[in-house]
Amino acid sequence: MKKRNMYFKIGLVILMVGLLVTVSACSKKKSHLDPMEQAPSSQTEASAAAEQEAAEARAIAEEELRAQQLQEQKAREEAAQQKTQAREQFVNKDIYFNFDDASLSSDAREVLKDKVEWLRENPGVSVLIEGHCDERGTAEYNIALGQRRAQSVKTFMVNAGVSPSRLSTISYGEERPVAMGSNESAWAKNRRAHFRIQN
Amino acid sequence: MKIKLFHRFFLFGYVVLISIFLSPQHGLAEYDYINISDPFLNKIPVAAPVFKDLSAKSADPAIAEQAAELINKSLAHTGYFKMIDPDAFLEDLRVKGITGPQINFDNWRDIGAELLITGGITVEEDYLQIEFRLFDTFKSELLFGKRYKGRLEDQRKIVLRFCSEMMYRLTGKRGIFESMIAFVSTTTGNKEIFTSEFDGHDVKQVTRTKSLTLFPAWSPDGASIAYTSYQNDKPEIFIRHLADQTEKKISFDGINITPVWVPGGEKMCATLSFEGDEEIYLLTNNGKIDKRLTKNWGIDVSPSFSPDGKNMAFVSKRFGSPQIFIQNLDSGAVRRLTYEGKYNTQPDWSPAGDYIAYSAMENGQSDIFVIRTDGEDLKQLTRDSGSNESPAWSPDGSLIAFSSNRTGKSRIYVMTASGTDQRILINLSGEQTDPAWSASFKEN
Repeated sequence: MKKRNMYFKIGLVILMVGLLVTVSACSKKKSHLDPMEQAPSSQTEASAAAEQEAAEARAIAEEELRAQQLQEQKAREEAAQQKTQAREQFVNKDIYFNFDDASLSSDAREVLKDKVEWLRENPGVSVLIEGHCDERGTAEYNIALGQRRAQSVKTFMVNAGVSPSRLSTISYGEERPVAMGSNESAWAKNRRAHFRIQN
Repeated sequence: MKIKLFHRFFLFGYVVLISIFLSPQHGLAEYDYINISDPFLNKIPVAAPVFKDLSAKSADPAIAEQAAELINKSLAHTGYFKMIDPDAFLEDLRVKGITGPQINFDNWRDIGAELLITGGITVEEDYLQIEFRLFDTFKSELLFGKRYKGRLEDQRKIVLRFCSEMMYRLTGKRGIFESMIAFVSTTTGNKEIFTSEFDGHDVKQVTRTKSLTLFPAWSPDGASIAYTSYQNDKPEIFIRHLADQTEKKISFDGINITPVWVPGGEKMCATLSFEGDEEIYLLTNNGKIDKRLTKNWGIDVSPSFSPDGKNMAFVSKRFGSPQIFIQNLDSGAVRRLTYEGKYNTQPDWSPAGDYIAYSAMENGQSDIFVIRTDGEDLKQLTRDSGSNESPAWSPDGSLIAFSSNRTGKSRIYVMTASGTDQRILINLSGEQTDPAWSASFKEN
């Protein structure tokens, strides 16, 4: 009789624990853990749950922080990239001229305005303006013409407020083409003023 | 005279050529063998057979053959002479003899020779003596004879000295045989200045800047070459003394290009842009500014002087396109010389003073023209043969050197002042441009 009673009590406890675990599991939102795998421990149940909750909160916070850091880094990288891009654009975007002409077209002026802006944002930078010509015509005259192209770019920038001490000029005439070939498309690319950052 | 001779020998190295006249001199300078109006179309037929060996012990036959070959090549080079093919010769002067009485002039007249050059060589150890005689076959007459003595390795100098003397007798001018040509070549991968003798012989590299080097110009005494170099990352002018290897530099802000000596050699001239505009300046030989010559907004470049130094031809964009102008240095008066075409540059004033050679560009291709200094008598010398640039007169005005890319790569060519006999002058790897012809180093 005693033995039967004891078996009953144990059975009841097991049932209650099982019930409790089920209820607790149900009360939690979407736990992916199988309740059967959890170690049955009547004393640590509550604290374990709290601890888990705290850990999860920490993970979320950490995740948020990481995301924030990532975002900041991305912003920094983007800013740096933008700066590099602006610098590259300043260097890579040439000013183009018509044949036997050193005057600035309206397109050339637009490009130069961006360059002046960049120089304003980068006050420590000095640049060398190179004047170039296409292969047509003769070497002597083309060095003079290239100088004139570099000079007209410099004059525009000085008039736009850049200190002349930051701008120097050189002419390579027809000696340093960027595009090979004896056709208008190559010639057009070679009649240019190119910028070189000096510091 | 002695001082002059010494000076010349100094320039040419260590050779002392002893020359002796073989005949009494008569009025040969007035000789009219060469038709001044169109000498290159009516070339004088000349026979120059292999020289006779006069040595005590017979010399290497190659020496006599080389001497005759060089005299044929050199005289043909002038454009004045048509050298007769040795296969046509009817008598062998190596057997018959080289003096007047030994020659049957009928044999030379029959093959069309108007002039006959005979030669005899004597080799004695390291020394070589060559005697030359120039005959008029129609008059059966000795025009002049000369004997030169030097070392064996001076054979080329001896032959060219005779050619020079012969030209002087026939034209009153020393000719080109002792002149040099400077030019730009990319042989090493960079544009550097090189020199060669008048016929492309003995090419030498002058500059080793490993940068961009352009626009060589000879000093009137032939001792120095001025040029533009980018060796310091900007176009500056250097004046190099060839023997001493010393250098002077002209460097103002902006461009320093197209140096040239003013006849007389006391002053120089160049294009500078330190005042913000490309202008032509007169400079001292030390590179100090004497005065600014052009005073016009717009490109002014490429000065070239009349032989008397009183007038300067140059290129100016003052009326919109590059054209050639002439400025009188005393009065400062400027007149426009070229009106044909929209791109006329690279003027070079002829040694006689009457013509200016220049290059004119149309549709991206340049050609060489000559125009009288009064703007009349415009003649086109090159056509339908690539781009032809940088004309440079020979010191006697008989030839014009220029660069041409007619076969693809740019090479140095030479033609007569009438545009005939266009041929390649220098065979060298890389591309060659911008020839400059020195004065004749032999003094009158």
